Amino acid sequence: MTDSRMPLLTRIPLVKGHSARARAGFAAAAVALFGLAPLALSDFRLGLLAKYLCTAMVAVGICLAWGRGGLLTLGQGVFFGLGGYAMAMHLKIADAGPGNLPDFMQLYGTATELPWWWQPFANPLFALAATVLLPMLVAALLGSFIFRRRVKGAYFAILSQALTAAFAIWLIGQQATTGGTNGLTDIQGFFGYDLNDPVNQRMVYFVIAAALLLLMALARQLIHSRYGELLVAVRDSEERVRFLGYDPANVKLVAYVVAAGMAGLAGALFVPAVGIISPAMIGIVPSIEFVIGAAVGGRASLVGAVLGAIGVAWAKTALSEEFPAAWTYFQGLLFIVALAFLPGGLASLVGMVRRRRAARASEEPSPALPVGEAA
Amino acid sequence: MSELSGLRIRQLRVSFDGFKAVDGVDLDVQPGDLRFLIGPNGAGKTTLVDAVTGLVKAEGSVLFGDEELLGRSVHKIARSGIGRTFQTATVFEELTVLQNLDIAAGAGRGMLTMLRRRKDVPESVARALETVGLAELADSPAGTLAHGQKQWLEIGMLLVQDVRLLLLDEPVAGMSHDERQATGELLERISEERTVVVIEHDMDFMRSFARSVSVLHAGKVLSEGTVAEVQADRRVQEVYLGHAAAGDVLDTAAAPAAVQEA
Repeated sequence: MTDSRMPLLTRIPLVKGHSARARAGFAAAAVALFGLAPLALSDFRLGLLAKYLCTAMVAVGICLAWGRGGLLTLGQGVFFGLGGYAMAMHLKIADAGPGNLPDFMQLYGTATELPWWWQPFANPLFALAATVLLPMLVAALLGSFIFRRRVKGAYFAILSQALTAAFAIWLIGQQATTGGTNGLTDIQGFFGYDLNDPVNQRMVYFVIAAALLLLMALARQLIHSRYGELLVAVRDSEERVRFLGYDPANVKLVAYVVAAGMAGLAGALFVPAVGIISPAMIGIVPSIEFVIGAAVGGRASLVGAVLGAIGVAWAKTALSEEFPAAWTYFQGLLFIVALAFLPGGLASLVGMVRRRRAARASEEPSPALPVGEAA
Repeated sequence: MSELSGLRIRQLRVSFDGFKAVDGVDLDVQPGDLRFLIGPNGAGKTTLVDAVTGLVKAEGSVLFGDEELLGRSVHKIARSGIGRTFQTATVFEELTVLQNLDIAAGAGRGMLTMLRRRKDVPESVARALETVGLAELADSPAGTLAHGQKQWLEIGMLLVQDVRLLLLDEPVAGMSHDERQATGELLERISEERTVVVIEHDMDFMRSFARSVSVLHAGKVLSEGTVAEVQADRRVQEVYLGHAAAGDVLDTAAAPAAVQEA
């Protein structure tokens, strides 16, 4: 009995080897993002990559909340949007210059001064902090309500979707103060730097790449911490965790709030990369797209979710350039196929191959292993 | 280890849509007792445990030591030192045995400890691994454990949780004879420092290890005492008439029937 179990023990990677591999992975990612990509890509393509990396930042949060915590966050658009609008509001005020109203307010509005809720965003520090803290605050309020009422599974997903739709519709209705359907467009400067200058666009790309790596490091720490283990326990058996003396609502809330903060930062950095934020970028469809990337790559795997998000965003650009009408169908198909046939995403293929190889390697010394594998 | 406490239940009532699952139960479990709750299916044994642990709403009073448990939420009752297992072992299958135990040990941990990685095996976890005999399997995913081992892991989780009252729902169901024996001895050791209540259908197991027995029937306590006293009680024999022709299910001969039922 003990003999047949021993290979299982050795199969589980030691923490030490694990973190060495992670460090090598981070180094490789840094080389790719800071060295190879800027050399290999044109300014235009690098700009697109910056946009994809923002999607990947949202996916990092989804990996934590959905992959590890089982919360199907189909409404990350809300938090992405809050971050994006907080940033864009500040940049629009800065673009207009002191004493002037942002251009769209002069066009559509009758107001002669900034609405009261715009005024704090004139302060760059307030705006920067708000891009992350505002989504986290909203998530904390929503989440404590949702999780204490024990709203779970599909109901949680539907509620998230409804909130996203409501937020987008509200934005569209406030033409005079939010730019309505157009959103906040034509953003020129980023804290004093001219965004039309390719050098500054590169700088924005580097900021985004650094932020992504930072979020990945943060998520990795959370996933491997005791909290990360507890989160998986809550995902797999919430009731059992309750009997151990924890309140699962709090455990889920932390993951939800952190994911919201990550989506907010992604939205904030998306604005200087693309120069616009609008309801169409934060509504139901983009919210689903955030999830699809993570699902295809592997929601429980940090690297899988990030690469999946970048890959799907890239495929969207590539395919919608060629076949604009077909993309939506292809995307839907991709989501269904991933969830139905490969619930762990592409990342789970790596694990499968590795396990098969390990099984083959240890087949001769211990024929009992495959039994343990099957279990 | 904090001092032993007993359980004192008074006029406990639980009803589901008018059906009285528990109908005025009075029950005293002395500190350090190894009490068995037996009774036919539907007698209200599991519902009683559900009520004590906060899973279902109940009327009456449940005192553990001096603390009133009724009206508290599940996780707060758990934090007062009361732990339970379920008829089907529920462990976190994707986590290792060690991780399962570590989580069970951690309800009182602060934010900073939670956000850090587990560097070593906490002493209470190491002790529990030895006590329940799973030390060699510490790094195996709990999902790969055999049925009996999962039950032991659950008991181990209650130990690291440092509960003072263990409520075990059919812990030996589906176990082999040797595993039952090992489980019984484990419970005897545990009850030296903690109060243990076991719901069981296995009469052999009950006879070998119970220090005291309560028989539940139709939501009420029918009889209470030592194994011999309960066995001699005519009302108990009548209740079990439907199950065993001889009328004395508590006798060795009838045990297999009771096992099948479990």
